[in-house]
Parts: sequence; structure tokens; C-alpha cells
Amino acid sequence: MAEQQKEQPPSGSRRQFLKYSGTAIGGLVVGGVIGGAITGGFNKKKPAANAPTSPQTGTQPAADYNHATMYFNQRQLQITQAATERIFPKDDNGPGANDLGVAYYIDHQLAGHWGFNAREYRMGPFVKGEATQGDYQSINRNEVFLLGLTAIDNASQKKYQKGFTDLADEEKDAILTSLEKGDIEVINGITGKSFFDLLRNMTLEGVYADPLYGGNVNMEGWKMRNYPGNQMSYAKIVGEDAFAKTNPLSLHDHLATH
Amino acid sequence: MATKLPRVPVLIVGMGWIGGIIAAELSKQGIKVVGLERGKPRSTEDYYMVHDELRYAQRYELMQDLSKETITFRNTSKMTALPMRQYGAFLLGEGLGGAGIHWNGQTYRFLPYDFEIRSKTIERYGKKKIPDGMTIQDWGITYDELEPYFYKFEEVAGISGDQEQAAMVGKRSKPFPTKPMTKTPMIKMFEEATKKLGYHPYMMPSANLSEQYTNPDGITRAPCQYCGYCERFGCEYGAKADPVVTVLPVAQKSGHFELREYANVTDILHDGKKATGVKYVNPLTGQEYEQPADVVILASYVFNNVRLLLTSKLGKPYDPNSGTGVVGKNYAYQTNGGSATGFYDDKQFNLFAGAGALGMEIPDFNGDNFDHSDLNFIHGAGIRISQTGLRPIANNSVPKGTPTWGKDFKATSLKYANNYLTVAAQGSSMPWRHHYLDLDPTYKDAYGKPLVRITFDFEEQDRQMIAFMADKTEAIMKEMKPSSIGSSKELGPFNIVPYQSTHNTGGAIMGSDPSTSVVNNYLQMWDAENVFVVGASAFPHNSGYNPTGTVGALAYRAAEGIAKYLKSGGSLV
Repeated sequence: MAEQQKEQPPSGSRRQFLKYSGTAIGGLVVGGVIGGAITGGFNKKKPAANAPTSPQTGTQPAADYNHATMYFNQRQLQITQAATERIFPKDDNGPGANDLGVAYYIDHQLAGHWGFNAREYRMGPFVKGEATQGDYQSINRNEVFLLGLTAIDNASQKKYQKGFTDLADEEKDAILTSLEKGDIEVINGITGKSFFDLLRNMTLEGVYADPLYGGNVNMEGWKMRNYPGNQMSYAKIVGEDAFAKTNPLSLHDHLATH
Repeated sequence: MATKLPRVPVLIVGMGWIGGIIAAELSKQGIKVVGLERGKPRSTEDYYMVHDELRYAQRYELMQDLSKETITFRNTSKMTALPMRQYGAFLLGEGLGGAGIHWNGQTYRFLPYDFEIRSKTIERYGKKKIPDGMTIQDWGITYDELEPYFYKFEEVAGISGDQEQAAMVGKRSKPFPTKPMTKTPMIKMFEEATKKLGYHPYMMPSANLSEQYTNPDGITRAPCQYCGYCERFGCEYGAKADPVVTVLPVAQKSGHFELREYANVTDILHDGKKATGVKYVNPLTGQEYEQPADVVILASYVFNNVRLLLTSKLGKPYDPNSGTGVVGKNYAYQTNGGSATGFYDDKQFNLFAGAGALGMEIPDFNGDNFDHSDLNFIHGAGIRISQTGLRPIANNSVPKGTPTWGKDFKATSLKYANNYLTVAAQGSSMPWRHHYLDLDPTYKDAYGKPLVRITFDFEEQDRQMIAFMADKTEAIMKEMKPSSIGSSKELGPFNIVPYQSTHNTGGAIMGSDPSTSVVNNYLQMWDAENVFVVGASAFPHNSGYNPTGTVGALAYRAAEGIAKYLKSGGSLV
């Protein structure tokens, strides 16, 4: 710490820093965090230990036991994979939603408290108001998602006489575009637009959330945009003109090194 | 049946900044204080895994559980209010430290103009300048009277800022306790651009702590590491000032303070003239308690201060039809809009690094710092650049015309991920006769109490102000020489869906006249002398600044008043 920032406590500083950081909370020291700040100097990172890459894609972990479903059936998983890959496709910049594990991320989220709207107001009456008043549905988010996937598949059958996963890329995009425009109804007044927004937001979350949630495999989402992930200090570089390209770290790294 | 507890001298409802400040000030003087907090305990230890955008920023880890209680909202009284089922426009804090945990730390003082807004507006422009229905009023206190309390808060929190007096803002008795935050490349660009245009930039006053600091209570805190996780997060270093690392340890050390977590106050008990105590329930066990007290202090967020008064039938509820009554009156918000974003094709910034209150602001278009003679609005906005740390889920700005998904979106959002800057305007919000808080007739909380109902919309005043500010932000952005600029000049109706600002104000406003205000300038209730209602609920309008600095000053003012009241009783003014 003291090596990194002039304004840090003077000599004997590591111990001082620990001490001072704990003072305000009655002597408790946040060991891991402070330790990370001291030892995990900027640009001094080792790659994550458990992230072997395959020569083909450069991104696929050898085995990821997190990648199984706790909510979707196989068909639902496949439609989600096909749709999210069109929202965030693989290109010259790097992997797309599939290689990043986005569909597994979505599956895991929908199985948990957020999928069941657990921390949201769920008392009735559920009445449709103005757009400025927000969501009014009594249907849980994870149910909306499954109905949305069915609506995608049905719209594909109707237009192309094929399931969504069998469509060409341009056809998939056409279906997603009508969904986004609200031309496809999901159920009971829920427009394709609300479902599409949910799908798009969850895709970006799966690309960029910490890998602990099942997406952003091997931090490849972060790497594409030079986002350093979980770092303890930028005090040394925040005032600098040069862009500080930094190997990312995850919360797993934070835990593992302490 | 509620368990009746032994009487206590001072009882505080809500243990955020206000509760913490009052608890520390009174308990230091040997006064016994009990603090009730409905949420859970918190310490910096809880933030070991805090650099988690999904958990804290997207899933609102530190916010109130809306399944138990929310607010209802409508734009006008002709609409039926509906509950805010999930978070959007603003976020409600909960747990020890309240919203003081998840704030950014931008710690301004409101302007001298703010505290005498009605008198000064009339003095300069005449009565006609104030449109029909706009209910601005003087605060019953002046900036000069409040100055020592501002400084007290800044000194305890260790606010970092320029050591010279900034132009066009209230005069300071002493410089900021700590030096300004680091001037980053984007701040330097903003400084150069605004100076060139003849404006008066100054470093954003910051509670993020620029250097190690020991406050007058002997609390030492480490400096900010610019990790980029402030707003919606807790600070694992204790560098960002919050109640848990500043005032609460002082109260706890005094030996005169008792903190009770999981204590959700449902009623203020009173005899029509004075409060006799409160009733609260432990949300985990369901056990109810009656806590008698000599003085009751409401220190919860704006909505619950007002809701408790209304559900407990204390004070006269505001009636928008007659314009009489006071509880619920002058609800205001923050008018954000008119920002300009510059995209740079060949320049990268360390946008992932930052701090909640790392930035620079110009005062030139805030308050009455510019001539409004030919303008169809009063007051103004703080125009600023800030480097709070752009996290990747929420920040994917692309130039106008770029698709929102697919190949082009991906390529463009990656291209500009570290290559864009925004000059923003944080606009004031004037009160109107038809903007108010009352109790919802339909929707209830988990205990069967009515939710608070917000009736609020943006007005022509706001639209004119945002259009004016948009020209200014765009001109500044142009000086910063981006490859392209995107700007927004328009302000729609207030919409509860997208996040805008957690700066809700009013409903239990302060003033010098009991017929137009709920509390006097010690935050003491006119209708119940042993009740103090403290917080942004006391703001008669909202300024073009973040409110916490002014909330902190009012809390110190109230603490002084409560100590006086305990000695002498009666009305303090």
C-alpha cells in the first residue's frame, strides 16, 4: 500500500494501515480485503488457476460443473442459447453468449430469489396502469421467461415452420426483432417487448457478471472490454493519462488468495 | 400483546446518518439514547465480497425488501396510484447505516439562495416570477445560521475538497478538512473546458476521503482506493464516510447508547399534544413492544418519516384541494436530464477506476447564480463530470443510431467501453401544490399499514430548465473535443421505471410558520414539542445538489435543539 500511494500512512505502514482501517469499526480488521490491497499490487496478477483453455476457441473450460440446469429443461436451454447468442454473438472481438455460459447464468438466476421476485412487492390488486407506473404483472419473472421462450418457438413455427433453434441467423434475428417491437404477445398483456428487455438485460448480465454466477466464463467477457474485474486499488493509476490494461481478477481469486 | 418496556429519555427511529449523528451528539453529553433500526446490523466485514456488480447494483443487496413495504405512485391525482413493485427511479436503503451506506459521498452545501428562496426570488424578479401553484417558501433558517452545522458534519465525515473558497457558493468558515480527491484526466479536461468558457469549476466535495484522516471524535479512517464500487455498495475500507464507521462507534463508546436492530416502528404513541413513545415489532419474531420515551426522533428516510406521522395521526395532513394542512406537503425530487455524452475514437480512459464523489462541478447555472429574467424557470442545476467507476453490466453506452443488440451493438459497445465521458446536469426540483405525499387507500405493507402514496410529475419549469442545461452541457462537451456527441434535451413525464436519483425530499418541511410547515428550524414539530422530524423530509424544495451535506447539517442542528429541549422543554423558537 505505502509503496503504491504517497498519501498512505508513513513507515510501518502495513501494520498501520491494518490498524487504521479497523479503528473505525472498533478494532475489527477486514483481513482479506486489506490483505488484498497490500499484496495484490496493481498489474501483478497470476491467471486463475482453474481455467484451462482449449486450442479451438481459447475460451472453453475443460470441465465446468456449474454448467448444468436447475430450472430449464433441455429445449428451454437450447432456445435461450440460440437467442442470447444472437444478442451477443461470437465475433473477432471474442466469444459470444454461448461460449460465455450465458444461458446457464440465466437458468441459475431464474431458479433463485430473483426468478421468484422474492424481494419485490407482490400484494394485489394487480392493475394495469400507465407506462410511467411500471410493472404490474402477478406472474413471476421465471414464468414470464418460460412463456417468452414458448412464444419465440411458436412464432418461428408459424413464420418458418421450424423451431427457433433450427432457424438461420437472419431468421432468428427477424423473430427477435418482432419480439423487441412488441409484435409477438407472450401472455395476458405481456408484450414481447417486456420479455425481450428481460432477455437482453440478462444476456448482458451473463456476459459481464462475476464468473461466480455461471456466465462470463474465464472472465472472457471482461477481457474483451479491458475491464479488470475485482481489484482492490486503483489509487496508483487513477490520475494517470495512460490506459492501465490489467489482467482481470474475480471474486474467486480474491477468496482463493487469502 | 405488546411488551411494555421501561421509559427512556430519547428514542430514535432509524439508524442512518441522522440517527447516528443525534445518537453520538447526545450520548457524548451523557444523555441516554435508544436507537431503533428495523434492518440488520452491518460492519465493514460484510463487504468482503462487495465488488459484485450483479449482487449489489443489479439486485439491490443493501436496499429495503420491497416484499414487505414499498410506495405507491401516480403522476397526477386523476390517476390511480400503483405500487412500485420493483426498484426503478430511486432506491430505499435499509439496515444499520441506512442509505448512508450505499451513497456515493457527494457532499455539497445548499446555496444561501436555497434557504431564502421565496424572499430572494421576489426581491430580484418580483412576485410574478413565481408561477401559480409553485409553493416555494423560505426555510426558517439562513445559510449563515446553518454554516457551523455544515462544517460540523464535514469535520466528522472528513469531507475532501478544494482548500480555497469556491466561487458562487456559500462562504465557508473553514476549508474542507481534507485535500481534494485526485484530479484525473477527465476532470482536467472538464476543468480546462469550463474555464475556457468562463465558468468556475471546483472539485466535488467528497466523503470518499482523499487522505488518511482523524476526526474530532478520534476516529481514524484510511484513504479511498478508487476501486470504483461506491454507489449501491458498502466500503470495505471504511474510507467512504458512513454512519457505521463515523458516528455510531462514538455513540457506542459513550456507554449511554443502546442500539436495537430488527425493531420496526409501526406507531408513534401520543396524547394529541405530545408523543408518549412508540410501538415496534421485531420482524423476525413478530413480537411487539411498546417503548415509552420523553423525546421521539423520526430519523428514517423521507417516506417513512411522513408515513409514520400520517398513520399515527400526528400533525395536520396536507390537503391539496384547499392547500391547507402540512404533513405530506411539498414533496420534491431531483430533475436529472440534459446530459451530453462524448465518444472518443482514439482516446481511452481508466473508466473502471473511480470513486463515488470523484468529480468536478460548476456553480454557474445553479440556484440564482445566473439571471433568470428572460427564462421561464427559477433555480437551476449543478453541471458536473464524475468518475464513479463504470461497471460493465450497467454501462454500455453507444452512439445514437447503434442497434441495442446483435453484432453491431457488441462491436460498438466494446469499442467505446473505455472511451466515453458524460457531462451531466443535476437539476433542482421545485414544490407544487399538487405534488404531495399521503396514505394510499388500497395498498398495505406487511403489517397491514397503508403505504405512502406519491403524487408527482415533472412540470414545464423542469422541462425549460433541462432544455437550458442541455445547451450548456453540450457546449462544455464540445470543448472537450470528442469524436461525436450524444445529448438529451427532452424531459418526459416522471417515470418510476428507469433509475434517476435517490434524492426524494419534503413532506415534513421546516419553516417559521406552523400553518405552512411541520417543524421549526430545530426540526422540532410544531404540533408535538417532544417530536423531532429530521432529514430531507424537512426540505421545502430540493436544490441542484446532492442532499446529504444539508441533511447532515440539519441533524447537528436538531441534536443541539434536542439537548436544549431536554433541559428547558417547550418550543425552541
